Amino acid sequence: MQVNMTINGQEVSEEIEPRLLLVHFIRDSVGLTGTHWGCDTSNCGTCVVLVDGEPVKSCTMLAAMASGHEVTTVEGLEVDGVLDPVQEGFMQCHGLQCGFCTPGMMLTSKALLEKDPNPTDEVIREAISGQICRCTGYSTIVRSVHWAAEHQTAAPIGSAT
Amino acid sequence: MTTTEAPPEQERPIGFGRLLRKEDPRLIRGMGNFVDDIQLPGMLHLAILRSPMAHARIVSIDTSAAQAHPKVVAVITGADLAEQGLAWMPTLSNDTQAVLATDKVRFQHQEVAFVVAEDRYSARDALELIVVDYERLDPVIDVRTALNPDTPVIRDDLEGKTDNHIFDWETGDEAATAEVFNNADVVVSEEIIYPRVHPAPMETCGCVADVERVSGKLTLWCTTQAPHAHRTVYALVAGLPEHKIRIIAPDIGGGFGNKVPIYPGYVCAIVASLVIGKPVKWVEDRTENLVSTGFARDYIMKAEIAATKEGKILAVRSDVLADHGAFNGVAAPVKYPAGFFGVFTGSYDLEAAHAKMTAVYTNKAPGGVAYACSFRITEAVYMVERLVDCLAYELEMDPVELRLKNLLKPEQFPYTTKTGWVYDSGNYEPTMRKAMEIAGYEELRREQAEKRERGELMGIGVSFFTEAVGAGPRKDMDILGLGMADGCELRIHPTGKAVVRLSVKSQGQGHETTFAQIVAEEIGIPPEDIEVLEGDTDNTPFGLGTYGSRSTPVSGAAAALVTRKVRDKAQIIASGMLEVSVADLEWNKGSFSVKGDPSKSVTIQEIAMRAHGAGDLPEGIEGGLEAQICYNPSNLTYPFGAYICVVDIDPGTAVVKVRRFIAVDDCGTQINPMIIEGQVHGGLTDGVGMALMQMISFDEDGNCLAGSLMDYLIPTALETPDWETDSTVTPSPHHPIGAKGIGESATVGSPPAIVNAVVDALKPYGVRHADMPLTPSRVWEAMQGNHTPPI
Ligand code: FES
Ligand code: FES
Repeated sequence: MQVNMTINGQEVSEEIEPRLLLVHFIRDSVGLTGTHWGCDTSNCGTCVVLVDGEPVKSCTMLAAMASGHEVTTVEGLEVDGVLDPVQEGFMQCHGLQCGFCTPGMMLTSKALLEKDPNPTDEVIREAISGQICRCTGYSTIVRSVHWAAEHQTAAPIGSAT
Repeated sequence: MTTTEAPPEQERPIGFGRLLRKEDPRLIRGMGNFVDDIQLPGMLHLAILRSPMAHARIVSIDTSAAQAHPKVVAVITGADLAEQGLAWMPTLSNDTQAVLATDKVRFQHQEVAFVVAEDRYSARDALELIVVDYERLDPVIDVRTALNPDTPVIRDDLEGKTDNHIFDWETGDEAATAEVFNNADVVVSEEIIYPRVHPAPMETCGCVADVERVSGKLTLWCTTQAPHAHRTVYALVAGLPEHKIRIIAPDIGGGFGNKVPIYPGYVCAIVASLVIGKPVKWVEDRTENLVSTGFARDYIMKAEIAATKEGKILAVRSDVLADHGAFNGVAAPVKYPAGFFGVFTGSYDLEAAHAKMTAVYTNKAPGGVAYACSFRITEAVYMVERLVDCLAYELEMDPVELRLKNLLKPEQFPYTTKTGWVYDSGNYEPTMRKAMEIAGYEELRREQAEKRERGELMGIGVSFFTEAVGAGPRKDMDILGLGMADGCELRIHPTGKAVVRLSVKSQGQGHETTFAQIVAEEIGIPPEDIEVLEGDTDNTPFGLGTYGSRSTPVSGAAAALVTRKVRDKAQIIASGMLEVSVADLEWNKGSFSVKGDPSKSVTIQEIAMRAHGAGDLPEGIEGGLEAQICYNPSNLTYPFGAYICVVDIDPGTAVVKVRRFIAVDDCGTQINPMIIEGQVHGGLTDGVGMALMQMISFDEDGNCLAGSLMDYLIPTALETPDWETDSTVTPSPHHPIGAKGIGESATVGSPPAIVNAVVDALKPYGVRHADMPLTPSRVWEAMQGNHTPPI
């Protein structure tokens, strides 16, 4: 079947098997490998992307369901060579180690900051609680999100061209 | 540091200090290169058929329907591999393991056959088309009965094997220890279980194998923490010439020991690429990762501690039953089948100690040393730190007071333990006191007393641990005959930039940053001008890889020493350039100047250009500015730490909440405090998982009950507190920069602190011990006075 969607501002149109998961579509068909895959049960969140600005586990959605929607992946966070404050925050505060969970963590954080530009620790922890990081122990991720909140000059989601 | 406080703006130290990571710019852009990101032209996908049973004879396998699938390229069974002599492979502890089962399956989810297809989904589809006829055999699941005479023999593939026994091991002086126990005022005994757990890195294991048809050269992109060791093992077992094997470990999404062993999937992918002549990718799914790759722990420890009634600890002994699963896949130095469990005497000055152990086969997945355990020190530290708390309970003493009374004194170092380990350096009491101060220990005890009056359950748990990391001296330590030394090569380019090549491999620990800092500290070239290369056997010197917190103790030392070697040569060249003798030069981190005349100096960059230039060099000095060494550590390094955990338990639901966790670590000289803090945070989180949430359990048929992240629970941001960390610095006397390993300290030290806190909270219920994982149901049981062992 045919799917058409916008990924990081680019129109993408492909012929796919109906059962193809969005995560595999993004990684294997479109070749954007920053979105990761880490479990079979929707528990890890390494696959999180934004669909119309909302964090979605892309292993839990068929590519077909994303047809007609706007998808943002980690590759879409940097706009015209300028890093998103969330990306900068993760670097500044050691919010990542192996970097495997990081794209998903950053996208959820980005979506959170759009809604709540000044979240508390509890709100940040709640927001990322559907995602697992094995390396950082989360405190530095919380600090990273605060850093981004304090340095918000971000382009809105989906502004990449 | 609180989470709202912005970190300081980056200063760029030329050497040690807080430095942002060099690996981050690619990772935060999604531009990392993980194994599953690799796409090669014509690449095929491999999927593995696994056994639904824990113990069964394979009667027949029918692959015809799978072969007929239009997108399937090959279906291979154990019988096919056996024809090539490839059905079995050695494990890292000199046992054998089936690549694909030939005779029978020995654990649930064991590898039985594989399919190679044009795409991921088709490979999985075809697995469903393979029909295997199994004849069920009684499984051996309960480790306590595995050695009973009427128990089925799991490893009948081993010549003459008539039971499920693997090895017996012991350390210390049994008679002397018995003597101390017989005369002690107080003896406390407890059965302490460290259940089976799994490291579960976020990236599962996988590889891409590509055998070049004409040259026969194999390139294997692989999730390995030990690329060089893997290459040599492939050469030894598959008979592939070693120079025709290139192992590339690209970015790795966490390892924690899970990516040390060689798994059947890697061998299958290599065989498939050899046979088919195309690149083949195998990436396991999460269930496969949890149910078949290297588990950790699984020790039942009968433990005893002897003391005077005043609380002087005299001796510790234990008798351990170790479940190694169906194949002995333990990754530990050969002479240490129980890993470094011998460090169970902890941080205390004892009169005697003894431990013995029996390891057995069961119908469970193989593995044994994994999950940031420093080769079984996790079990050892947990045992002794639990015992000390049991003793405090019996003596009605404060657990901190009891520890302070018994901690080794700084003047006792280097200290030889009663089991023969030589602790290099330590100054324990200030570390304990620092943790107490940060925690506000006295105040916490007051709060607890008040809460107890009101029936509220609050617990304060303490642990003090000593680790032994950086395996290890070649005379004592090898894996499959390969000495545990590590190579390092440093080249300074003509313009004064550098590349350092390492044998180890980061899985997120930030080697690209810390190793650049070590070289920078020694030679004064800014870290951003130093490229760190690792994880490619064609382009890095030999060494055994990253696990057991050995990168800094072994390769870190190698990096410092190779840089000093280069600097020595640079000094000779500088003496020529400045026309003075070598002895008249002094080093100012980045330049040599003439003693007493600092205006006469040359920078390392100028020296590098001269070394590669056309001008004259001092007599006998070759051009170029580079060196290589192989570092053989003279001893392990012994980091230590004091941890305090505060928990609240809901008396109605038995849910444990970790309210605070204070960790004061001492890993000697610190290279990058930011990265050290990160390592500690991650390990503490592991500790919460193991103490409260995780266990790989089985039913009586051997079905694994923890095959997904819904059943095997990993802490999220909600179960973990904001970590409170600090440090003391007691350098290692034998390490060139005084550094010790830090990667596993927190995983080792935190479970006892958390369990001690929970047990402390349950004191009003008369609980002296409860086994992990302290899930609400297990805590509830403990509150009812029931003790159900988790195994
Ligand atoms: S891959 Fe784990 S939640 Fe999507
Ligand atoms: S940084 Fe490794 S899983 Fe989060």
